[in-house]
Amino acid sequence: MQVSEAWLRELVNPPVATAELVAQLTMAGLEVDALTPVAAEFSGVVVGEVLSTIQHPNADKLRVCQVNIGQADPLQIVCGASNVRPGLKIPAALIGAVLPGNFKIKESKLRGELSFGMLCSEKELGLAVSSEGLMELPADAPVGIDIRDYLMLNDNVIELGLTPNRADCLSVEGVAREVAVLNNLSFQAPEFAAIEPQHQQTLEVKVEATEACPVYLGRLIKNINPAAVTPLWMQERLRRCGIRSLSPVVDVTNYVLIELGQPLHAFDADKLSAPIVVRRSRVGESMALLNDQTIELDGDALVIADQQQALALAGVMGGKDSAVFGETRDIFLECAFFTPIDVAGKARQFGLHTDSSHRFERGVDFNLQRRAMERATQLIMEIAGGSPGPVQESIVAAALPARAPVKLRSQRITKVLGIQFGDDEVHKLFEGLGMQVQVVENGWEIIPPGFRFDIAIEEDLLEEIGRIYGYNNLPSSNLLMRAELGKAPEAQLSLARLQDCLVDRGYQEAITYSFVDEAMQNAVAPGEEFIRIQNPISSELAVMRTTLWCGLLNAALYNINRQQNRVRLFEAGLRFFYQDGQIQQRKMLSGLALGTVNVEQWGEKSRKLDFFDMKADVEALFGLAGVSADFVAFQHSALHPGQTAQIKNQRGEIIGLLGMLHPTLEKQLGFDSPVYLFELEQDAVLERNVPIFSALSKFPSVRRDMALLVEEAVSAAAITRVIEECRETAIREISIFDIYRGPGVAEGYKSVALALVLQDFAQTLTDTEIDAIFRQVLDTLAAKLNAKLRE
Amino acid sequence: MSASIEDIVKQALQELASATDLSQLDQVRVNYLGKKGLFTQQMKELGSLDPEQRRSAGQVINDAKNTFQEALETRKATLESDELAARLAKECIDVTLPGRGQTVSGLHPVTITLRRIAKIFADAGFNIVEGPEIEDDYHNFGALNIPEHHPARAMHDTFYFDAHTVLRTHTSPVQIRVMESEKPPLKIIAPGRVYRCDSDMTHSPMFHQVEGFLVDTDVSFGDLKGVIFEFLRAFFEKEVNVRFRPSYFPFTEPSAEFDVSCVMCDGKGCRVCKQTGWLEVGGCGMIHPEVFKSVGIDNQVYSGFAFGTGVERLAMMKYGINDLRMFFDNDLKFLQQFR
Repeated sequence: MQVSEAWLRELVNPPVATAELVAQLTMAGLEVDALTPVAAEFSGVVVGEVLSTIQHPNADKLRVCQVNIGQADPLQIVCGASNVRPGLKIPAALIGAVLPGNFKIKESKLRGELSFGMLCSEKELGLAVSSEGLMELPADAPVGIDIRDYLMLNDNVIELGLTPNRADCLSVEGVAREVAVLNNLSFQAPEFAAIEPQHQQTLEVKVEATEACPVYLGRLIKNINPAAVTPLWMQERLRRCGIRSLSPVVDVTNYVLIELGQPLHAFDADKLSAPIVVRRSRVGESMALLNDQTIELDGDALVIADQQQALALAGVMGGKDSAVFGETRDIFLECAFFTPIDVAGKARQFGLHTDSSHRFERGVDFNLQRRAMERATQLIMEIAGGSPGPVQESIVAAALPARAPVKLRSQRITKVLGIQFGDDEVHKLFEGLGMQVQVVENGWEIIPPGFRFDIAIEEDLLEEIGRIYGYNNLPSSNLLMRAELGKAPEAQLSLARLQDCLVDRGYQEAITYSFVDEAMQNAVAPGEEFIRIQNPISSELAVMRTTLWCGLLNAALYNINRQQNRVRLFEAGLRFFYQDGQIQQRKMLSGLALGTVNVEQWGEKSRKLDFFDMKADVEALFGLAGVSADFVAFQHSALHPGQTAQIKNQRGEIIGLLGMLHPTLEKQLGFDSPVYLFELEQDAVLERNVPIFSALSKFPSVRRDMALLVEEAVSAAAITRVIEECRETAIREISIFDIYRGPGVAEGYKSVALALVLQDFAQTLTDTEIDAIFRQVLDTLAAKLNAKLRE
Repeated sequence: MSASIEDIVKQALQELASATDLSQLDQVRVNYLGKKGLFTQQMKELGSLDPEQRRSAGQVINDAKNTFQEALETRKATLESDELAARLAKECIDVTLPGRGQTVSGLHPVTITLRRIAKIFADAGFNIVEGPEIEDDYHNFGALNIPEHHPARAMHDTFYFDAHTVLRTHTSPVQIRVMESEKPPLKIIAPGRVYRCDSDMTHSPMFHQVEGFLVDTDVSFGDLKGVIFEFLRAFFEKEVNVRFRPSYFPFTEPSAEFDVSCVMCDGKGCRVCKQTGWLEVGGCGMIHPEVFKSVGIDNQVYSGFAFGTGVERLAMMKYGINDLRMFFDNDLKFLQQFR
């Protein structure tokens, strides 16, 4: 909503400067988004009239003009504009004038001819970004008066960013009412006298959908002057409120919309075949709108129709066929109240948003129609003449929005706002806002006016008090914090701990979009049932990620393309997918690494990162929780078939993946070195083992090494599992310290060197006992894995 | 008798002095004190003397041996300390060279900011709760007093999956989810990602909000003001001014927006605050009775306040970041500035 300050001050003029006025509005909840002077600073420019022009003797393009500026003698001014001609009224800058940009006008000589001023274009006065030729003023512009006064340029445009509850301020009158209350002034909305009908002709109107249109007023105005022109003052006011002047009738409807907040519509009466019907649209009905758009209606829209067709989408936009045009003489003026619920969403449904729909959606004063009709009639007659008929009125009071009294308890003012408010203050404040106040026990009953759609409960009234009193003047208190002890669940790690661990291990946290490109999604997680956004912002952000790898890979590429050759990233966030038709959202923790293990360094040979480097990072996360996880060789189409592990917890549940990006995909995405990825279910990694102490043995431990020959397919995990399953309680630790292939080991076999640490609780183990355990372990390994001791 | 004992001692001391390292020194020791050493031989020769002479000669030899031993120890200590000094000199390194191994990285500035906010509130007894990002329209709108066709829905630029499933447009649905399942008193902070179908210099289709709310008996607007004041002072770690402007949110009444005095110019007016001296931080208000009604909390017994703010916006103010989009480019050169 844009309002002209001068227009506003014509209705209510508080003794405060512009800056203060603007601050008051903002602090009362009508946020001022911008304050713009109507015109740049300039002075010394008056209305002039060109009396004569003669060709400059020494310059083809210049003319020497005699200009009447309301003084006894005309001024000689040399002008180069092509539209300069005798009789034209123009802005004339006199000697001493200062134009925008601090451009001073002095007496000068142009190619030998004296010039005592300058005739100006709109651009030169800072009124337009560009203009061709001189600004042409109306023929009735009074010669000699200051152009700033004539064009009312000492004015500012106040741009309000209104919240949807304040539809009452979508008019100059509404804003004036607020300004009056904020400044303790009284405000009386101007009365508009009823215009006596000059003929008795009417168009029959039938309101079928009375629940959606409780008030419908119509008036036939005949014989307006099609050649009439909107006066400059109205054009200027409309322009300052962001509305372009079109024709007198349309301008008047717009003017009343801005002035009072009531949308009106004018039909060309000749195009109508009465009766006019306000009804629901019919399925399949279509209508060509004023903006040349043709819409197909369903059975739900509210339309104004005649016997032939739908004429207007009620409260949104009129139709093309019945619109007023350059030769229209008879108009049918419509002024109605459509209920917010029936207009809401209709404009958007057809991709429309109009000044009218904006107001009806939020609520127009249902007592305003008569006043607006009289005001519009008066203005049309002033500008374009015409002879008005009687006002036809259809009002169904029962369908009007209810305005039930709202109880306000004085004790609630103190309790919620922390201030005391007396009877006088309550009366003054609410009556100033147009409400009726009735004293009742322990408080008041307040009836909101027709223009307020946001007052239904006590809290709404409290907000009004707080708002007008000033939020910043309300006391601030120190909340009484209820003492309550915190919780420290030990079986649960915090995500922060995991994030910190990854940061310490050289991973930078990234945050990537939750929606990704479908192609990337399919490449990284083919076959996953992803969730598609109906109205994505672009095709690159159209589906919800089923894995955080999509974003991490993109982020890695972004950095590689900016000369980074070592990237370590992680992200914590949700992945989204369908499972049995249900949307699932699961918290994940994912990482990506590529390049060298460490930053390039003087003291150590640089080494490319491999699977086991990243595995150590993942194991570190499990280490924090004191749990171990199983890594099982796995096939995933986005990952290297020989370097991928599925991660399972102790209950055997799948909780993650670790692997190298498939070389084909690596190349396809544009990487030039191997990329390693992991993804874990957050809940699984956060599950912490609550430790239980076990006694320490007092006896020395013994380490025994063994080198086993096994087939390639036998995994390290299988070997340790078999040893664990021997249930030799004396075996305290099993570790693998070497893998050997080569001379001495047959093709298809490998040598695995293990260290066993043995310790007993009751005694020092003897060699005989140790040998027995060793033999038992070897026998089991031989039986289960066909493992042999390497000699 | 061979060489006189005095000559032997003299020679021995000379040899000790000319030994340049510990192994030479040890050789000298063997030469004199070993089984075949000169002093040992002298002692053996004592046997041929008569008892009288044997005692005095023995005394002489012992004195000579002691002299040698003392000199040996002294020389040994000197050589050892020389050797240590030489080793230390040899082992001297350039301590300014960088260390080996993995280097630490950093958290995303949004996470850093969220953690600080969470800590400030957690210390005052607020619990941190998260909610789903794909929401049903009831939790995102309906229960928050934003019925269908309400103009506020249009303002939210919502991403839809179907007519009733959306990407949450704010963290306020967490309010509903908590109040549905827990009884007051409640002190909750709800951080997380939110989504709006809008993208330009100042809008990102995804960003982070943190929602806070408190429900108890006798909660007033003054309490809300107090908490916001305290929070902003704690967050910016300086004496900022805060102002409250009336505003509108369907789920609070009264509603306000809160501004902080510009942290760049301390409210004097600069480019960042567009010369106003104020920066918009977030929205807040007293929880609307309709919201309480939808979760079955008696609003005659309980009252509460809620507030919400954009995390990126706070981070931008705190660190002077001027482009919202940088948060999600994940450029390492940007991210690594925050550690």
